[in-house]
Amino acid sequence: MLPFLKYEFLQNAFLTGIMVGLLAPVLGVFIVVRRQALIADALSHITLAGIAANLLLGKWFAVFAGANPIYMGMAFSVGGAVFIEQLRKVYKHYEELAIPIIMSAGIGLSVIFISMADGFNTDLFNYLFGSIIAVKQSDVWTVFAILVVVLAFVFFMYKELFVLSFDEEQGKLSGIRSNWILIAFMAITALVIAASMKIVGILLVSSLMTLPVAASIRIATGFKQTIWLSVLFGETAVIAGMFLSYYLDLASGGTIVVCLIIILSLSIFYKKLMGSRKAG
Amino acid sequence: MEKKLKNPAIFVDDLSFHYGEKNVLEHVTMEVKQGSFLGLVGPNGSGKSTLIKCILGLLKPQQGSVSLFGEKVQKFNKWEKVGYVSQKANSFNTAFPATAFEVVSMGLFGKVGLFRFLKSSDKEKVWDALKAVNMEAFANRNIGELSGGQQQRIFIARALVSDPELLILDEPTVGVDIESSESFYKMLKNLHRENKMTLVLVTHDVGVMTNYVTDVACLNKQIHFHGNTKEFEESSSENMSAFYGHHVHVIHHDHDHE
Repeated sequence: MLPFLKYEFLQNAFLTGIMVGLLAPVLGVFIVVRRQALIADALSHITLAGIAANLLLGKWFAVFAGANPIYMGMAFSVGGAVFIEQLRKVYKHYEELAIPIIMSAGIGLSVIFISMADGFNTDLFNYLFGSIIAVKQSDVWTVFAILVVVLAFVFFMYKELFVLSFDEEQGKLSGIRSNWILIAFMAITALVIAASMKIVGILLVSSLMTLPVAASIRIATGFKQTIWLSVLFGETAVIAGMFLSYYLDLASGGTIVVCLIIILSLSIFYKKLMGSRKAG
Repeated sequence: MEKKLKNPAIFVDDLSFHYGEKNVLEHVTMEVKQGSFLGLVGPNGSGKSTLIKCILGLLKPQQGSVSLFGEKVQKFNKWEKVGYVSQKANSFNTAFPATAFEVVSMGLFGKVGLFRFLKSSDKEKVWDALKAVNMEAFANRNIGELSGGQQQRIFIARALVSDPELLILDEPTVGVDIESSESFYKMLKNLHRENKMTLVLVTHDVGVMTNYVTDVACLNKQIHFHGNTKEFEESSSENMSAFYGHHVHVIHHDHDHE
């Protein structure tokens, strides 16, 4: 076994990272092509409000002090997701307004909860920026459960998600019940965000959903290939980022994002190179 | 069989639609018989696309009703019988990472149903549809790499792949170069004749259209003319200028554009 993996907490982090490196890009593909890349940001901030609420409640009630804050984060995030879909209907012509509304609500609530709980602690810092040291055994199982649910959803609903992402009109004509599927999709996105935050941190979750896709969309042919390449890039960045984080003692979220940026730059460069070769 | 022949492919009954205060369609009644090829013409903003969306059940009219193959559109569920090609320009993201093949296969999803996957026989159908529009060589190219005319062929293939009995095209030649639009009209005519498909073509290209369609409907909020092509041509000179204003020259049997 790699020396890196001799500690249990690192095994936990590594397993969680690999699952998240698969989940976030898979959902990210659908999010990016629907031009909703910022939704991940909105949902991650509402997740933060959930975490902060749990910290606050933990001060008052022993039950919450013992609970993993990830569950409260998920509850807030799923609630926020459903709310975004509703807001999109209210502001039909300004659909993107739903995102800043939810995002500021998330930050506002977080700040209130944090100040009521008497400020910042390391725990919260870990949630913001990600820390591989803070991943618990219970996190691994939670993320595994999410992995099963999400992969089953994407596998069985692939056609529907694909059509709805490409053009909703055609989806409706195929008899697809789009409302139900889009709300379920948002809820699942919320779960993945909550699952990813231990590793990459709330502030950087959206990067793991969007940057691998941004890289693969440049060079992939077809939708399936876009998904596979996004997963490949996501996993590469997560694994490389976690190694660097451990050996250089850096925040894991930051190293993963830097790895993603490097991959993205390479794909843009590769595309340019291919383009000029074709032209020349 | 007997019943099938009787029911019109589309029946629009006294349909009115408004966006807020603005009336878009007023008391539209229109019938499209099975096996006919209707050209639906009208100036910009005449409500053509709105009517089509009402027919497809994508918009709900405030008054009146639509029936497809004898069934009210709200209850209609045999959507695989209906193919639809929308105005390309505003309906899709050209940077979407999907191959032409993947786009065409979407047309089968309604038929295949929830929780199922495409079988190899379905893939055959996708190839057949690509062949029908002469695009099989481009199957594995990203849709965004194709020209406007080629993209439009792919969307037609998507509409054809489920083997529809009714094909509705909303200004399909907008943004397509003339040469490909002409071969495009020929392809439609072929579908109508050989495959006995019912076609509805929304267009403002009045001159070219009359060479191909069997019936014409003129729409400008209301139906101003509804009859067969011969009647339309006989009445068209006075009709058209009243309808479009005075600057329109109707070109018959002539493919040159001004």
